[in-house]
Amino acid sequence: MSWINETGPDRDVVMSSRVRIARNIADIPFPSIMQPQHAVQVAEKVRSCLPDLKSGSRFDFMYMRDVPAIERQILVEKHLASQDLMKRYEQSALIMDSREKITVMINEEDHIRMHCILPGFQLNPAWEQMNKVDDIIEQKVEYAYHEQLGYLTCCPTNVGTGMRASVMMHLPALTINKQMNLILQTISKIGLTARGIYGEGSEALGNIYQISNQITLGPSEEDIISNMIIACRQIMEKERIARKAVRKTGGIQFDDAVWRAFGILRNARVLELKEFMAYISQMRMGVSLGLIPGFSLEDVDGLMTAGQPAGVMRKTGRIMEGTELDAARADVIRKAIEELEKSKEKNI
Amino acid sequence: MLCQECKEREATVHVTKIINNRKTEMHLCEYCARQRDDFIQIPSFSVNDLIAGLMDFSHSQPAPEKAALAKCAACGMEYSQFKKMGRLGCQKCYEYFGRELGPVLRRIQGSSQHAGKVPRQAGSHLLRKKQLARWKTELKRAVELEAYERAAELRDKIKALEQALDSEGGGKR
Ligand SMILES: [Zn+2]
Ligand SMILES: [Zn+2]
Repeated sequence: MSWINETGPDRDVVMSSRVRIARNIADIPFPSIMQPQHAVQVAEKVRSCLPDLKSGSRFDFMYMRDVPAIERQILVEKHLASQDLMKRYEQSALIMDSREKITVMINEEDHIRMHCILPGFQLNPAWEQMNKVDDIIEQKVEYAYHEQLGYLTCCPTNVGTGMRASVMMHLPALTINKQMNLILQTISKIGLTARGIYGEGSEALGNIYQISNQITLGPSEEDIISNMIIACRQIMEKERIARKAVRKTGGIQFDDAVWRAFGILRNARVLELKEFMAYISQMRMGVSLGLIPGFSLEDVDGLMTAGQPAGVMRKTGRIMEGTELDAARADVIRKAIEELEKSKEKNI
Repeated sequence: MLCQECKEREATVHVTKIINNRKTEMHLCEYCARQRDDFIQIPSFSVNDLIAGLMDFSHSQPAPEKAALAKCAACGMEYSQFKKMGRLGCQKCYEYFGRELGPVLRRIQGSSQHAGKVPRQAGSHLLRKKQLARWKTELKRAVELEAYERAAELRDKIKALEQALDSEGGGKR
């Protein structure tokens, strides 16, 4: 179970909401220059909070060096851990709850980076959960804190609240209408930023963007969250209007494009990541408008995760690249769709 | 994506080269990209560069040689090292590089005053310890300036706070 399979509010546009807070333990060098004994000291200190964390679900602690490479990559693609944590796997550790909603990364860029990820648009609940975990850890751990600068972080861009609130948004219609640049410019004026979440550079694979706060020092956590909520609500409404418009102007052509995308995902024998993401995006937009009956947004998001490189490699149990990987991806997706169809038939 | 050249660092510079009408793309880390001069660089936005740029900017006023020599006495991080990495070494770096960081923070963050959460347990303890230190410095100055009334006032405050901290400290840490 994780956020991917669960329904959440406004899931048609917002795939997930996430709040991260960065903390460092007082009087221990930051991970940028820490020695192995410091890393252990930090990890064990945070680990000692584990019994206090349990609330409804189980929390597990693991040193990253004990986790196989493919599993580590899966954690990254499920957005439960970062690439940075894996790069430092010799000294890093992770605490994760059994619902895969709360994770605490240890010795990433900062000593402690806690994340809460929830399905759909749920920034406030995510912040509340983080705040609770922070309170619990704080009872046993003294943080590096400065009266004027707030929580001290390894990179000055995180100092203050140490908080990054972000939402993952699917914005195909705004992208088609070339509205994204304007939106990005506008939100940057209120201290927010957006980037494509899959793929590199400026290209947003699958039309998926991550919107987050850029400023961490000055406004309070609650101010940052409410700013984000206001901005995201507006983007969400614009996307919904744009989707309806795209469908209306496209007519049968629009429906055709959605069904073709589904047809390709359902039948292809080789699927390159970029094209896979383009078809998934098309299918997701269709499903949000009631096309392709029997498939939910959660189903589509599950397919999206399954089709990422590590998702495919885990299913097949092998490290692959190139055409071999693309063929395996097509297999994984085809079988996943077949299974979804079978389970739907049974339910009817 | 990893850098094509060193296969170690994250590729943050994406460069394009056109030879005989053929386009070649390369994905390099900043370090490896800097080593080459045969590519037209399309630099992507990087936090490190941003910080480095802002640091340079804020230094055009105070003596830059002096800033370059700044060093954190707690962890040994040199200012020039921080400028290159964009990462600090320890919490004390914020104090030792305070003069350089101040303008940078105002520019990146738009503010240099935290208004958010305060650690509930350690926080109040910590803040009052800091308050204590401030009062003590002020007391010293007051005595030097022969402002005895203020000094007496501060002495009482310090005493009260010290007692309060002592009684808590026994149980807590
Ligand atoms: Zn390199
Ligand atoms: Zn330092």
